[in-house]
Amino acid sequence: MTGGVSHTDAAGGWRALARAYAGSPLALGGLALLLAIVLAALAAPWIAPQDPYDLARLDIMDSRLPPGSLSADGSLTYLLGTDGQGRDMLSAILYGLRISVAVGFAATLLALALGMSLGLAAGYAGGRTDALVMRAVDIQMSFPAILTAMILLALFGQGTDKIVIALVASQWAYYARTTRGAALVEGRREYIEAARLLGLSTPRILFRHLLPNCLPPLIVVAALQVAAAIALEATLSFLGLGLPVTEPSLGLLIANGFQYLYSGRYWMSVFPGVALLLTIVALNLVADRLREVLNPRLRPQ
Amino acid sequence: MSTPAAQDLQTLLRVERLTTRFRTRGGDVTAVNELSFELAAGEILGLVGESGSGKSMTGYSLLDLVDPPGYIAGGSVRLRGRELRGLPAKDWQALRGDRIAMIFQDPMLTLNPVLRIDTQMVETVLAHRRLTRAEALHRAHAALVRVGIPAAGERLRSYPHQLSGGMRQRVAIAIALLNEPDLIIADEPTTALDVTIQAQILYEMQTLCREAGAGLIWITHDLSVVAGLADRVCVMYAGRIVEQGSTAQVLESPAHPYTRGLLDSTPAAALARGHRRGEALRPIPGAAPPLAALPAGCAFHPRCARADEQCLPPPPQAEPASGQRALCWHPLPPGAALSGPAASLEAP
Amino acid sequence: MTLFLLRRLLQTVNVLFIMSLLVFVGIYAVGNPLDMLVDPQATRADVARVAAALGLDQPVWVQYGRFLANALRGDLGNSFLHGTPALQLILQRLPATLELAVSALLIAVLLGIPLGLWAGLRPDSASGKTIMAGSILGFSLPTFWVGLMLIMVFSVYLGWLPSGGRGPTREVLGMHWSLLGAEGWRHVLLPALNLALFKLALVIRLTQSGTREALLQDYVRFARAKGLAPRRIVGVHVLKNIMIPVITVVGLEFGTLIAFSVVTESIFAWPGIGKLLLDSITLLDRPVVVAYLLLIVLIYTLISLVVDVLYAALDPRVRLAGGQAA
Repeated sequence: MTGGVSHTDAAGGWRALARAYAGSPLALGGLALLLAIVLAALAAPWIAPQDPYDLARLDIMDSRLPPGSLSADGSLTYLLGTDGQGRDMLSAILYGLRISVAVGFAATLLALALGMSLGLAAGYAGGRTDALVMRAVDIQMSFPAILTAMILLALFGQGTDKIVIALVASQWAYYARTTRGAALVEGRREYIEAARLLGLSTPRILFRHLLPNCLPPLIVVAALQVAAAIALEATLSFLGLGLPVTEPSLGLLIANGFQYLYSGRYWMSVFPGVALLLTIVALNLVADRLREVLNPRLRPQ
Repeated sequence: MSTPAAQDLQTLLRVERLTTRFRTRGGDVTAVNELSFELAAGEILGLVGESGSGKSMTGYSLLDLVDPPGYIAGGSVRLRGRELRGLPAKDWQALRGDRIAMIFQDPMLTLNPVLRIDTQMVETVLAHRRLTRAEALHRAHAALVRVGIPAAGERLRSYPHQLSGGMRQRVAIAIALLNEPDLIIADEPTTALDVTIQAQILYEMQTLCREAGAGLIWITHDLSVVAGLADRVCVMYAGRIVEQGSTAQVLESPAHPYTRGLLDSTPAAALARGHRRGEALRPIPGAAPPLAALPAGCAFHPRCARADEQCLPPPPQAEPASGQRALCWHPLPPGAALSGPAASLEAP
Repeated sequence: MTLFLLRRLLQTVNVLFIMSLLVFVGIYAVGNPLDMLVDPQATRADVARVAAALGLDQPVWVQYGRFLANALRGDLGNSFLHGTPALQLILQRLPATLELAVSALLIAVLLGIPLGLWAGLRPDSASGKTIMAGSILGFSLPTFWVGLMLIMVFSVYLGWLPSGGRGPTREVLGMHWSLLGAEGWRHVLLPALNLALFKLALVIRLTQSGTREALLQDYVRFARAKGLAPRRIVGVHVLKNIMIPVITVVGLEFGTLIAFSVVTESIFAWPGIGKLLLDSITLLDRPVVVAYLLLIVLIYTLISLVVDVLYAALDPRVRLAGGQAA
């Protein structure tokens, strides 16, 4: 009646989970789209028609071309048009996607690790630790994420590491609260009691026994929060507070295309926006389905 | 059978072959199956059955309050000779709360928690009568007094949560009585209340219906309630009325083995009829079948000690006494006790 | 009630104090505004003179003490850039943001409740499903990108509405308001719609799920058994019950509307406090940032107070007690 329960359950559990997930065609489509986006982002340097940040390759003659135009030297068709510096939009979007996805996932993983540890500690230790952590969570969550992130960026300045910190700071509380809730429920179960009686060390109980059983709700929150992190990063970058110009994420591409919108050159901001939108919608579809599928496990009683 | 017109004069409610079904993935499920019964003005009818027997759905069907995926599949409901089936929604709306009123089981849930009692009463009057608000309020006050609510004026200005459960059910009853309906359908209105309050409300309902000459259908799972209240009894099992007759007939010499089983599993003292006092309770073996998978023929036969292979086709209507009818192949002879595997002895 | 209000007031003061400390130390601990403010070619003496004039040569805790003493008199310091009091700068721009946020809230409520009600009453109809799918989209779409699309469609291609600014303003009670004229309404429509989108989706979802739940309740069945008209059942019995959670959530979200106006204001060149904050952050204008944050905290706590009182007014089961405040 100790850790074995959760582990043997897990193998069969994942298969059952996959089967249940496949029950919705829409959610499967979302998953396929998400995988395609992540693959495209990872493979950007190899599949992009052009290295958009090799200035030597850019031709100013090609600037502001509408979608489907041929480059001046006739070597390349700009499927999605070009930007103000003659950069192929498709390539810029693929590279931008790479940055957005990387920042989103990195921030989520870090926030997950931080929030999960604090939540576990609060739920397991209770008492003063719990009160302190939950007070911080309350304060954090009563403020809109964008405000927290903006203030931190105002303090630390710009940079990829800075924006990851800002995203983590504005999102850790969700994980802490979810983990604590699950840990409170699971912590009262017999198998934890048994592990305690067996004299297992606290970290071992926490990470080998308690944590695996808190995972289902965390997975759902994480899937939703990746989407939120990507959207927030794009917003901050659009406002000029996020990533530096040397790391042009989708948000920055949209900001750069903004000024051309008034003259009807929609492609510079619309296409990066569509890429961003597809990413967020795919993540939301997956998260929604995960929530449905994992729901019975969210309510263990 | 006499001519319909002559019969309708004395009959308040005449239900014939009323059938209600539910659409499910596995096909339609019949919750109310060819129900036929009558009710005279001023008469109290007890509709008895276990949960899932279709007794509540019968109440909703009579008011056309069956929600999808349920629907009324057939039959006829006549109130004072007027056919109600197939009436347009507007006419039903005019009928409900005016000619037919209904009271629900849980008084904590039937009153809207965010509206004051006076609002909920006045709107019921104004939905059916061209009166001023003051006149409607006056009527509401009188109705509260009639159901025995002290300080009615103050109660009118209360919210439901400020009243006790018994008070709330009295308010619900007062709302049902507001427009002096011809027919009241009460769906286990005392189940959620204390026994003493239950007795008070039963007594008051009886008096109020007699005075007003309204017909009352009292839906309950509790034979002891019916024993003290009803003039006639219908016993429901798996969506059908398996036995009906006067209260004395049904309770003292039941013809259907299911009615007998219900009586045997009710504490005798509660029935206040004195017979079989001191005997051990005998529950009916097994459980009521799910409506989606009813046994063929008589739905009760797998649980019935008298059942044999003859029970597989649908059972006929037996009439052991005048006015008493039972849906059974092997009805009990008057006064017989159900005992052991005697079923085959009785078989013709 | 009085005890309740007193308690909440005390809490507000407490939160303000803690926030001011956090924000002040946080903002002042990092970066040196002198680098920004003083000409790089200035002499050290010049720099020192400017620092002394702005009080930046003192230790942080002395600066905070001075700040707090001044704050209690309603003086939150002067903007480094404009030289005018930070609070005055913010208050000048507050009407613009309030107009925007209130318009957005109205759009979210006036559009969201009927749509959510419709979708809740007809969950299986094509229209109901479309509304719910639209609300999911409303949650997914990044606000700033929707803003761009609105400008593209309604300003650039159709030319119906202006793409930015507030239009002419009129002075009432010493503040400038734009919604007093038709031109102001034309200007506010797109940004308000943009800002409202997320809340609109939220209100639709809340109303829809609340309606579906209410329809299953016994009191709705009882109302039907009383012979009430469907319009009264939905309009009074259902609506009054779902208004409670909707008002609570919408009220609490008003604060985030003001915070999120940063994005909308910068897209539509709306001269409110969000745009001011953005400029102050990029230019390290600390007093303005601090004043903005304190104002936001104040607005937040005031809103939650108003929401609590409203909640008690709407739901007869709730009593405002002195001890219930936390």
